Amino acid sequence: MKETIKFTLNGKPTSIEVEGDRTLLWVLRTDLGLTGTKFGCGKGLCGSCTVVIDKKAVRSCRLPVRSVSGKDVLTIEGLAEGEKLHPLQEAFLEYGAVQCGFCTPGMLMNAYAMLLENPSASRDEIIKGMDNNLCRCSAHTRIVQAIESVSK
Amino acid sequence: MGANNSKSILESNVNPLARRDFMKMVGGGIVVFFAVDPAVPAAQFPKFGGGQTDFNDYLKIAEDGHVTVYSGKIEMGQGNTTALAQMAADELGVALDTVTMVMGDTELCPWDMGTFGSMSIRVYGQELRAAAAEAREILLVLAAESLKKPKTQLKISNGVIYDKNDESARVSFGHLAKGQKILRKLEGKAATKPVSEFTYIGKSINRLDGMAKVTGKAKYTGDLRFPDLMYARVLRPPAHGATLKSVDTSAAEKIPGVTVVNEDGIVAVLHADPETASKALAGIQSEYDVEESTLDENTIFDHLVKTAPQPRSIDPKGDLAEGEKISNTLFEETYLNGYGAHAPIETHTACAKMEGEKMTVWASTQTPFMNQSGIARALGIPSDNVRVLTPLVGGGFGGKSAGTQDVEAARLAKITGKTVQVSYDREEEFFMTAYRPAAVVKIKSGIDSDGKITLWDYNVYCAGDRGSEQYYDVPHNLIRTYGSAMGGMMGGPSQHPILTGTWRAPGANINIFAKESQIDIMAAKCSMDPLEFRLKNTSDPRMRRVLEAAAERFGYTPAAAPSGRGIGFGCGIDAGSYVAQIAEIELKNGSIRVKKIVAAQDMGICINPKGALMQMEGCIMMGLGYTLTEDISFKGGKIFTSNFHNYKIPRFSMLPEIDAFIVKNDKLDPQGGGEPSVVPVGAAVANALFDLNGVRVFQMPLTPERIKAART
Repeated sequence: MKETIKFTLNGKPTSIEVEGDRTLLWVLRTDLGLTGTKFGCGKGLCGSCTVVIDKKAVRSCRLPVRSVSGKDVLTIEGLAEGEKLHPLQEAFLEYGAVQCGFCTPGMLMNAYAMLLENPSASRDEIIKGMDNNLCRCSAHTRIVQAIESVSK
Repeated sequence: MGANNSKSILESNVNPLARRDFMKMVGGGIVVFFAVDPAVPAAQFPKFGGGQTDFNDYLKIAEDGHVTVYSGKIEMGQGNTTALAQMAADELGVALDTVTMVMGDTELCPWDMGTFGSMSIRVYGQELRAAAAEAREILLVLAAESLKKPKTQLKISNGVIYDKNDESARVSFGHLAKGQKILRKLEGKAATKPVSEFTYIGKSINRLDGMAKVTGKAKYTGDLRFPDLMYARVLRPPAHGATLKSVDTSAAEKIPGVTVVNEDGIVAVLHADPETASKALAGIQSEYDVEESTLDENTIFDHLVKTAPQPRSIDPKGDLAEGEKISNTLFEETYLNGYGAHAPIETHTACAKMEGEKMTVWASTQTPFMNQSGIARALGIPSDNVRVLTPLVGGGFGGKSAGTQDVEAARLAKITGKTVQVSYDREEEFFMTAYRPAAVVKIKSGIDSDGKITLWDYNVYCAGDRGSEQYYDVPHNLIRTYGSAMGGMMGGPSQHPILTGTWRAPGANINIFAKESQIDIMAAKCSMDPLEFRLKNTSDPRMRRVLEAAAERFGYTPAAAPSGRGIGFGCGIDAGSYVAQIAEIELKNGSIRVKKIVAAQDMGICINPKGALMQMEGCIMMGLGYTLTEDISFKGGKIFTSNFHNYKIPRFSMLPEIDAFIVKNDKLDPQGGGEPSVVPVGAAVANALFDLNGVRVFQMPLTPERIKAART
């Protein structure tokens, strides 16, 4: 059964007609054409599908889209302000925290939410906060450095 | 994939594609034709690229001076796009931002065997440099004629050729290339530039694909959208080798919008929504005959040794019997490593579209040209009617050198007439990957009373010879290889119950683990410091240099193991690069916690130091996975490993301090960078464990259970 779901997506009011039990991940990737958010494991184990909902990092591969009704959803496509990159994006570029790039959107969104909650996260807190985001290229050293450089 | 394996692939897969006529496809672009000087030795143009000798296959200079470089290699995170652009820009003499790389497109790029073996830079990159150098020299000849100046008086800067004495006399590459067909031979050979003339090579340029990747704009195969796109899910057997007895797709057929395909061995459901396709797949009732097997992760090793094919011998020196006779102490050990998965975060994906006779496939692959011929075979159409394009690949590690998703997507596109995407879910990825083969290494070695190695009798089962090459000075040496690291990947008989293939530096990880563990065992027996023992036994100057550089960087002080410090060495040669690593570990609740790894790498001329260090660090961190946690659990063809909860890849909490650095060697051409630093990790950590508490573990991963068992 299709239903109308209204929410804010990357700062814009959005209304979609979809079956509410479909996952947010695939509604983003198909109906809304936002392919920056990735499918990695489908079980919330790898973090590549991470988006930020009401300032919290959420795994979108397990989340029924109806649960975002009335909420504020931020995806990788909304992290930069126009042409101006978010400091985390700048840092990922500068520190070389990106290899294949497939986990990168999830890493950035997870780090973004982590720093919203704790803007001065220590190295240990960063490692703990990022531990459930997987990077097979194993760029961990530079991902931590990049996040550390943005943490106050 | 080692040189030997590469050779066999080349021999069996050479696809004599017709020489491409760029005039046909560039539309309004400008084409420059060069003739090859027959005096240039063939060796200058390695034949890996299918024997291209026409430089037009490598680059095109447009009217506005923009340079497009064509490479059959693909970008899967290793950063070759950026490094190759640096190489082309330097050899041509153009600004880096005027270079665009076209990668992995079978229609536009020169034939390429595949992106593996850390060969992008050292093989293709060197071809590209030679091509660009000849292009530059011919452009200089043309400029001399156009400007009526002697060639020796001309200089190149940012794609413009001008007179050194009169800078107003100038002509651009774009102007020279414009509409011209140049069939001129160079007198002599176009020399590539010396290190002193590099502008971009040697600089830490940020990745050219970085911006797209941090903004979510980067397109991977699964991100491509077409108006008629259908997501396909393919029925998989419960075990490898199982045969389908019966299938009932009626439930799936009842779901609105679902297309069911059951044709020639492929059972699939397609839907415009991927999740509906998955639901439809779940509704298919199927029965399989599953072969019973006693083989599992514990019994596999005996099986591999018992069923081993005849060995191939390499590096024979002296006489093993004589070596045994002159040895003061003999050591006989067996080393094991189970199956491993690649587990790229992007699962195998392909998208296929058939228009008329022409099949176009976008694939997450390391081997677009092999996919092209495979798809052509499967569809029974000529290769020329198949175009494979490779968008960005979300990690490969050897695992995307094989896969069925490309052929499945192509077949389903042909059957349904729609654009079809096949993308494995994570469970399929763990089931369908061509696993790193389980392997066994048996070594009998000896030393004399002075601590010199006298005997090396090395036997490796199912890991091939990569990494087994001898770099110690051993008078009586023999390496025997039983079966290859490729297993059944390339067809032919396999000893394995499951499909096996290449995994980052195939075979070298277990070979170096075995070899460097054995070295430490011998050093400990004569109470000699492990570094001193290595230096005493190798005269290879590059190996000595990386070992000494790593020790200096670490601040290493000599002590025989076990010293209680938890510090271990590992070293190796891979893809022409030399690496030495020192690991420092501790035990926490019986598990190894790696605190620090110092890594020295001599890779010849380093094109992009930052990119090279990223690869080294990635290799080391990924290496901790095969060393400590990664193991496939199976029974016969049934795989129990299914997702990241039971296949533990390295994560942030495992991150040690990694101090990786390049040992400069500009006298040597660029060597491999994508794999070398993964090979010594297992050995360095295992040796650090022995140094900590005298416990020697002979099987990777070095789990708490194995450490505990080795203590008693």
